[in-house]
Amino acid sequence: MNIKNNTNFNKISIIDYGVGNIGSISNIIKKLGGLSEVLADPDELTNSKKIILPGVGSYDVGMRALNSSGFSKSILKAVENGATILGICLGMQLLFEYSEEGHEKGLGLIEGQVKKFKSGDIKIKVPHMGWNIVTPTIDSPLFKSSDEELRYYHVHSYHVICDEKYITAVTNYGYQFPSAVQSSNIYGVQFHPEKSHRFGFQLMTRFISL
Amino acid sequence: MLKHRVIPTLLIQDDALVKTIKFSAPKYIGDPINAIRIFNDKEVDELLVLDISNTRENRIPDYSLIEQFATECFMPLCYGGGISTLDQASTLFNLGVEKICIQNAYIQNPRIISQISEKYGSQSVVVSLDLKKTLFGGVKIFDYSRRKYLHANWLNLVQRAIKFGAGEILLNSVDNDGLMQGMAIDIISEASDNISVPLIAAGGVGNLDNIKAGIEAGASAIGVGSYFVFHGPHRAVLITYPKYAELETLLKGINR
Repeated sequence: MNIKNNTNFNKISIIDYGVGNIGSISNIIKKLGGLSEVLADPDELTNSKKIILPGVGSYDVGMRALNSSGFSKSILKAVENGATILGICLGMQLLFEYSEEGHEKGLGLIEGQVKKFKSGDIKIKVPHMGWNIVTPTIDSPLFKSSDEELRYYHVHSYHVICDEKYITAVTNYGYQFPSAVQSSNIYGVQFHPEKSHRFGFQLMTRFISL
Repeated sequence: MLKHRVIPTLLIQDDALVKTIKFSAPKYIGDPINAIRIFNDKEVDELLVLDISNTRENRIPDYSLIEQFATECFMPLCYGGGISTLDQASTLFNLGVEKICIQNAYIQNPRIISQISEKYGSQSVVVSLDLKKTLFGGVKIFDYSRRKYLHANWLNLVQRAIKFGAGEILLNSVDNDGLMQGMAIDIISEASDNISVPLIAAGGVGNLDNIKAGIEAGASAIGVGSYFVFHGPHRAVLITYPKYAELETLLKGINR
């Protein structure tokens, strides 16, 4: 897919609310020939058609930063107006209703909650950190069942639990958990496409081209 | 699937890529940006970049250099060297670094670990410690900035780092560093048996079997220096990294 110099693709607004790995996300978009802007002012989000919500760290710190900056409201408004949003890692978790990790309510854009990894029959180390296979459960704009074995870099201690209808891909770590979700124009990935070399290039190319 | 990571470990000194032997005699390898580009093309699991001159010379991280690393690096990047405040850590995360590695600041003030992990999560904080054999046959943490052994039991200091919020522990074996003759297996298994977070073990890898032995001893990840930058008996500089399928075969069936 040739993205370069294709002006049909919308500029991607990367939300800077103080807890994201903004740099790596704008780097990969630039590398793939897409356009992005880093927004620290929630009012500027009004005209955005495509948004990335990054996030590293704890649920409450993330949610409080979104609330106090005013981004929570402007994200909900932009999505209501039809903007496409991709939450990455904590950014994905914040799309949901609440998390076991904290007390703050999430954005509630997708029904579901966030839970901590539990060691069951198989002993696992938390955080889940490293490359893991991501298996698409259905064909969706970001994943195709015909894709070669997909590997993405994961770093997280919590994962989403939601209705199957929102799940587009799963990862197995001790047990299967949803690692990619979609509800119409709302997308979330638990792993880091911006740090997953060619697998990330593929996913981000698809997102840029949406 | 590969559960374990094999991580090229790059040492920076005064903007150049170097490699040490037993933490001494740094040999010039080349331009770090060029090396990162090559590792990028080789689709490595993760990259660990340690600036070994910063703490010693009391310098803060070289942000413009690290920004160039992050721009070139489409796999996870962990940076260490000269980080002693939450603000410095924040700046690094904003530049696109995934994890920061802290050693001296932890020894000086363990609270820095909790400050960073409370804000950015424990998965973003690696505490690194250098282990060295003492004259009496024991193992202790060697504090390189003060050039002395720490009295405390090394395993206690490792566990303490985890209590303060370290999400990963990087253990470097000084005695094995650069020799390419195998890892400190005893240390790896003792550490791994006693900690709950992923262990990155570094020091001594000279072939794929050494990596396998380190993983079998319980490390979640192996840091590799010389073996990925030197080639042949004369240590000619050649940057290499095993193919994914090769690592998959090597580490297949290890259940730790």
